[in-house]
Amino acid sequence: MSENRTVWEVFIQSKNGLAHKHVGNVHAEDKIMALENARELYTRRNEGSCIWVVKSKDIISSESEDAEAFFDPSNDKMYRHPTFYTMPKGSKHI
Amino acid sequence: MTEEKFQIRIDKEEKIEPKDWMPEGYRKHLIRQISQHAHSEIIGMQPEGNWISRAPSLRAKMILLAKVQDEAGHGLYLYSACETLGISRQELVSQLHSGKAKYSSIFNYPTLSWADMGAIGWLVDGAAIVNQVSLQRTSFGPYARGMVKICKEESFHQRQGYEIMAQMAKGTSEQKAMAQDALNRFWWPSIMMFGPNDSDSPRTGNAMKWKIKRKTNDELRQEFIDKTVNQAEIIGLTIPDKDLKWNEQRQHYDFGEMDWDEFWNVVNGNGPCNKQRLNHHKKAHDDGQWVREAAKSYAQKQELIAN
Repeated sequence: MSENRTVWEVFIQSKNGLAHKHVGNVHAEDKIMALENARELYTRRNEGSCIWVVKSKDIISSESEDAEAFFDPSNDKMYRHPTFYTMPKGSKHI
Repeated sequence: MTEEKFQIRIDKEEKIEPKDWMPEGYRKHLIRQISQHAHSEIIGMQPEGNWISRAPSLRAKMILLAKVQDEAGHGLYLYSACETLGISRQELVSQLHSGKAKYSSIFNYPTLSWADMGAIGWLVDGAAIVNQVSLQRTSFGPYARGMVKICKEESFHQRQGYEIMAQMAKGTSEQKAMAQDALNRFWWPSIMMFGPNDSDSPRTGNAMKWKIKRKTNDELRQEFIDKTVNQAEIIGLTIPDKDLKWNEQRQHYDFGEMDWDEFWNVVNGNGPCNKQRLNHHKKAHDDGQWVREAAKSYAQKQELIAN
């Protein structure tokens, strides 16, 4: 049995103008093969206008267990949201 | 994190992601279930692949090719989901080859006529859809997302199968007989795809508690039968179960007892095609060895040139 190939994460832009979205991964030896495998696997029905592939090991993720502490700094800044402010009665288009 | 906290997350319908804490039993159950599901998609390419070169028209051949390619895709989505649990693709394939991992017994039955392509699409994919629709709500995120993608593609499979059955049932008397024969052979194996009765299914308890499964084997089986009876009537075929009868009180169909000796016999490796299916997979895997090696050395060479 051969060893495992490199795992690549696949991101697809479904339409011009939209953001690329993660859809899954593929195994491949090199970037061309990764792109072609991603096309065969994830866009058999015109799902995409552009594909990104990134080696899984190059992705840095925050830890879900630390999510609370990690995102804590944004919790106490309610003034960043428009709903924080009181608008004079009758004011429009703001 | 403790098992209680984990259960609270499950009960709140939160999705569990690969890096989240999970009980070992949850991880093990998922690896077994998802890999079995993946292997079924891959082995399931064989009974249909058998008819690609003999499809009765160019249209039928193109459709069948596309369908078999979809099955490969579904297998890969599922292997991907399974790998997030910390098991490698290589390990998964070797578990299939050693017999440690199973695949759905339905694929151990031979496909004897073109009508079997109809029966497989209509009944086997139909049964799979009922199961997979409920698994879109499974608690493990990558599995649930894979199911959403698979369900979208799977309904083409069922419709193409039912179209074949409908056409043959409307054809000559020989064609209709072939369609009926395919239904006769695939009906019971299809409803056995949902697994043993709940009372004989030891793992159902945990799977339901952890929301890996959202409906029990018997609930899913009933759902499939209720849906399918009318479809058979419309195309004038008879489901081979003399006990099949609408039960006004239950608002469901009653149906006959399945042959569990046969079920376990096939699960344990003694179905008509078990050996053939596994040997074919091993051979295809071994025959591909040189391709994998060539791709690897090509990639290494490119890297050397680039640096």
